[in-house]
Amino acid sequence: MIEELKLSSETLSKIDEVIPKYPEKRSAALMVIHLVQDELGAISDLACEWIARRLELQPINVKELVTFYPMLREKPWARNHVRVCRTLPCALRGSYATCRTFERMLGVKEGHVRDDGEYSLEFMECLADCGQGPVVIFDEKTYENVEGERAERFAELLIEGKLRDSDEFISYEDGLSK
Amino acid sequence: MIAPEHKPTDLIAVNLNGAEVEVPEGINVVEAAALHGSEVPHYCYHPKLSVAGNCRMCLVEMGTPIRDRSSGELILEEDGSPKIGWVPKPVIGCATTVTPGMHIRTESPLVSECREGIMEFLLVNHPLDCPICDQAGECSLQEFATDYGRGYSRYVERKNVKPKRTRLGPRVTLDDERCILCSRCIRFCQEVAKDDVLGFVDRGSFSTLTCFPGKELSNNYSLNTVDLCPVGALTSTDFRFKMRVWFLKETPGICTESSAGCNTLVSSREGVVQRITPRRNDRVNDAWMTDSGRELYKAVKSENRILRPSVNGMDHTMDGAIAQAVELLAGRKIGVVASCRSTVEEQFLVKRLADCLSAKVFLRGHFGADDGILLSSDRTPNLRGALAVDLFDLYPSDHLKDLNEDLAAGNLDGLLVMGEDLVDAGVSEVNLAKAPVVFLGAHHNGTSRSAAVVLPGLSVFEKAGSFINRSFFLQGFESAVPGPVGLRPEWKTLSSIFESISGESLALNDLRSLWELISEDGDSVLAGIKFSDLAGKSFQINGERWSHLPFVERQALHFEPLSSEP
Amino acid sequence: MNARTDTPTERRIILRHADDPNYSNRIQCYLREGGYETLKKAFSMKPEEVGEEVLKSGVRGRGGAGFPAGMKWKFLDRKSGKPIYLICNADESEPGTFKDRQIIYKDPHQLIEGMMISAYAIQAKQAFIYVRAEFHEGARILDRAILEAKERGYCGDNVLGSGYGCDIVVHRGAGAYICGEETGLIESLEGKRPNPRIKPPYFPAVLGLYHCPTIVNNVETLCNVRHVIEMGGDAFARIGKPNNTGTRIWCVSGQVMKPGYYEFECGALTLGQMIFEVCGGLRPGRSLKAVIPGGSSAKVLRADERFTGTHKDGTDYDWGLEDVPLDFDGPMAAGSMSGSGGIIVMDDTVDVVEAMANVNAFYAHESCGQCTPCREGSLWMRKITQRMCSGEARPEDPDLLLSIARQIEGRTICAFGEAAAWPTQSFVSKFKEEFVRKSSASPEPRNEKSPQLI
Repeated sequence: MIEELKLSSETLSKIDEVIPKYPEKRSAALMVIHLVQDELGAISDLACEWIARRLELQPINVKELVTFYPMLREKPWARNHVRVCRTLPCALRGSYATCRTFERMLGVKEGHVRDDGEYSLEFMECLADCGQGPVVIFDEKTYENVEGERAERFAELLIEGKLRDSDEFISYEDGLSK
Repeated sequence: MIAPEHKPTDLIAVNLNGAEVEVPEGINVVEAAALHGSEVPHYCYHPKLSVAGNCRMCLVEMGTPIRDRSSGELILEEDGSPKIGWVPKPVIGCATTVTPGMHIRTESPLVSECREGIMEFLLVNHPLDCPICDQAGECSLQEFATDYGRGYSRYVERKNVKPKRTRLGPRVTLDDERCILCSRCIRFCQEVAKDDVLGFVDRGSFSTLTCFPGKELSNNYSLNTVDLCPVGALTSTDFRFKMRVWFLKETPGICTESSAGCNTLVSSREGVVQRITPRRNDRVNDAWMTDSGRELYKAVKSENRILRPSVNGMDHTMDGAIAQAVELLAGRKIGVVASCRSTVEEQFLVKRLADCLSAKVFLRGHFGADDGILLSSDRTPNLRGALAVDLFDLYPSDHLKDLNEDLAAGNLDGLLVMGEDLVDAGVSEVNLAKAPVVFLGAHHNGTSRSAAVVLPGLSVFEKAGSFINRSFFLQGFESAVPGPVGLRPEWKTLSSIFESISGESLALNDLRSLWELISEDGDSVLAGIKFSDLAGKSFQINGERWSHLPFVERQALHFEPLSSEP
Repeated sequence: MNARTDTPTERRIILRHADDPNYSNRIQCYLREGGYETLKKAFSMKPEEVGEEVLKSGVRGRGGAGFPAGMKWKFLDRKSGKPIYLICNADESEPGTFKDRQIIYKDPHQLIEGMMISAYAIQAKQAFIYVRAEFHEGARILDRAILEAKERGYCGDNVLGSGYGCDIVVHRGAGAYICGEETGLIESLEGKRPNPRIKPPYFPAVLGLYHCPTIVNNVETLCNVRHVIEMGGDAFARIGKPNNTGTRIWCVSGQVMKPGYYEFECGALTLGQMIFEVCGGLRPGRSLKAVIPGGSSAKVLRADERFTGTHKDGTDYDWGLEDVPLDFDGPMAAGSMSGSGGIIVMDDTVDVVEAMANVNAFYAHESCGQCTPCREGSLWMRKITQRMCSGEARPEDPDLLLSIARQIEGRTICAFGEAAAWPTQSFVSKFKEEFVRKSSASPEPRNEKSPQLI
């Protein structure tokens, strides 16, 4: 009755691995949702049903989670998704301006996906790196002090696809190994 | 509402608003206060569901006697009374279990302020559309806003917008803007109906009650969510906009759908039944009933209703038709087809009549799937009534094979049928034609249409009586609406036939006098019961003497099958 | 750090290796620095002896409430016979706090050692680390570290050949602040919406994960357990001040020259020293306006207010904001709290109504929506402050905000109610004139130097 969800064998085996780590199957819900979302970009209704079956739940139990947690999505973000922290410590250091800069340069309103699916922008609550705000997360990496002209430069590098190799912005994560 | 039963030894003393009172151990503050006339308003709490504690309307002040840490002795005030340590914050009454010596304030400036605050919060995003809301008149939001609210709003912001008039299922309509997110309906579906289809999506003030796309709230208990909903969020699609509830007259009834015997309230206006809702009985149906049981009132006005007596297909007067029936039945070899759908009173008179005619008694059962909750596999309300009045001592089948054979063999030359359809029970039309039928019932069927004499009866909503449910509870019900003009309840017709045939007067004026007859047999399980014991109540009958019978009911809500094993 | 000589110096215990260029988050580094030796020491003790040391140390929870960890462990229901669970709360999400991040990314084995010692002490059957989903790499680092520890017998089955085993599972959240509340976290870990549970009856130590006895401790707290056992409870208790033992990691953010994380002995310095000496003070030409001392839920302190009262020992105090000692009790004595140690500094460019609107937007967004006062009150307050910042303030708004906050505080299922109410109560009552001014016929033009906060 329910269409089979198309998932890679890698994701499927990760799901198989994660479920038995928990004393009760339902506990694995968030982790399984993350794994499915990592591959598909979002949790569709079909995905909800698939996950529910996998965990012996009702689809509504999964939907309740997907719609509760901001990082879980019913529709995917763009190929390049930029997260900017909105909360007070970052705002005190200019995150609103950073967000506006990104809106202008990436051509997309916060909370939205650009029509061509290239960029999306999210003005998020506290990312727990308040000392070096404004904080931006891109591609699972945390960038600090992305403020004023640096925000413009950040967007430029992002658009040019040169952010990752740039010495101008070294993420918190990459800084660890340096 | 029937309070849970407690032995007097279970009582403990607590202080409620300054007065020492006794309450049963183990109950919560909401129930304890209610027992002593103090209402603690609440939305999410429901005595028959798990405690969620989310609405915060039942906040009260609570304190317990302080004990010395080392000695364990109570610390006393100067006047010798125990010193009370009041919890600094208000606590929710629904999740606070009474303990000996507990002090509770359900009336205090802090409690009033809490209620005003919660009421205000509940209304800020509520559409305040009472004039067009079907819940008006039975809405806790409306009632508590009046009783405990400030009476004005300080809210000038935009209200949240949520889906309206959603079809949640075939029988339930949802208005999310009115929902106060108390989760009663969700808990009901999980805990009672075992159909986990409802949930909240999104979060915070934007949380929205919904079903998963493509699924619906269609289980046979869905309308209980409408009863449970304290506001106008969930409404019955059938009853919606039919009637303002304050026009309704409520009569205690018993659901006839199955041997579960759900206690009901039959709501009517000007002689017309408008809806059926469950009536709480903690030993039978808690506060629930099936959706299918709620539909049964539609039979009152059904097309196959028998509205006039007839003899050989011609309309007749009632008295004339009864005389014809007597003529057909008296002095012949009669078979009586009794019904598990008749009331105890009717079955008692059928038994008397059968004895007087020396008739052979047949009893037909009706069976279906058991849902393990409140729809049992015995789809009649009163199989045990037939046993209790000694009308039948075997377990009935849905097939009248014996009757068919007796008719074929020419053993019977007349039948009295209590509303049952014999054709449908396996009696061939050829055989049925061999014996003239006196049919007494409210609705036409294959048997009544060929009967020699048809005597109309009343629907269960038009008469009073009693049934014995699967747990051997004898439960009385009252007449909710008058029957069609000129019709009389079956017990009167049966008693007239009996008196004519036997020449004996039963002197029955009403069901009270009938019960004097029923209960006079000291050997009967019904001995000593008065009609006044039954109205709207459940009376436990001892069913042990039938424990050898193969009762078909499965274990279900408040029901354990009698063991048929020796 | 160009600190003056009288500036207290950091005492890094938890963050000893955090910024060491020769240290990485791999187990080799940790072992080189004496890692897992304390675990061996703990396993040479009886579990209850480990618990006694933690109790003696007086170490208080670093997640926000400051409840003594040893006492929390004592509440465990050990009679039920049900399995016991240990959960590390790594859902660091109190605005202004970024200390757990440093531990997870830079020294994860310290946490794992602390967890294994704690698990042994409470005889946990299984342990979880609930890490916020934004720490993508953090979760991978933890996974790898657990694997490294398992390979060497410090975690998993039969730890150090003792026969006792406990696995640690890294569980990722998905961006919900409420999961930092321990019962919300437990619900989330059970795969449900993270609606906090009612207490009573759901005290985690009795009815926690899967209705089994459960201990939920913060990352920093669990790391402290490792040091408590290493140095002994009494020695640990000599660090800091009585009832405020050990060090604390203070996270300073906002408008200071050198924001960041700093670890000091409890009570070793004042808020003023932290801002003006350790963090290099404010930007040139700016003056201090307000400080939130313990994460955004804590009540704001106004730069020019006085805090007076009497300590438990009977001595009086009369402090300005700069005098408030940085420990557990100091900010509490000033009517606020040290919370999770997140110090948010605001200078005179800040429009406090906007700051309030920013904080209200956070709490309205993060309210789980389960119970009425927080669900409706937090969004209502957000709508009001947002309107006030859009030129539509009314004279009655400040009092209305205070009234709404009062209707939330103390009436909710979890402490999120207070977290949402306290900022409003403190901002509005302490800066009332600025809130009132918003509604005047001719409001002041916006200071162009003010950062946009809403």
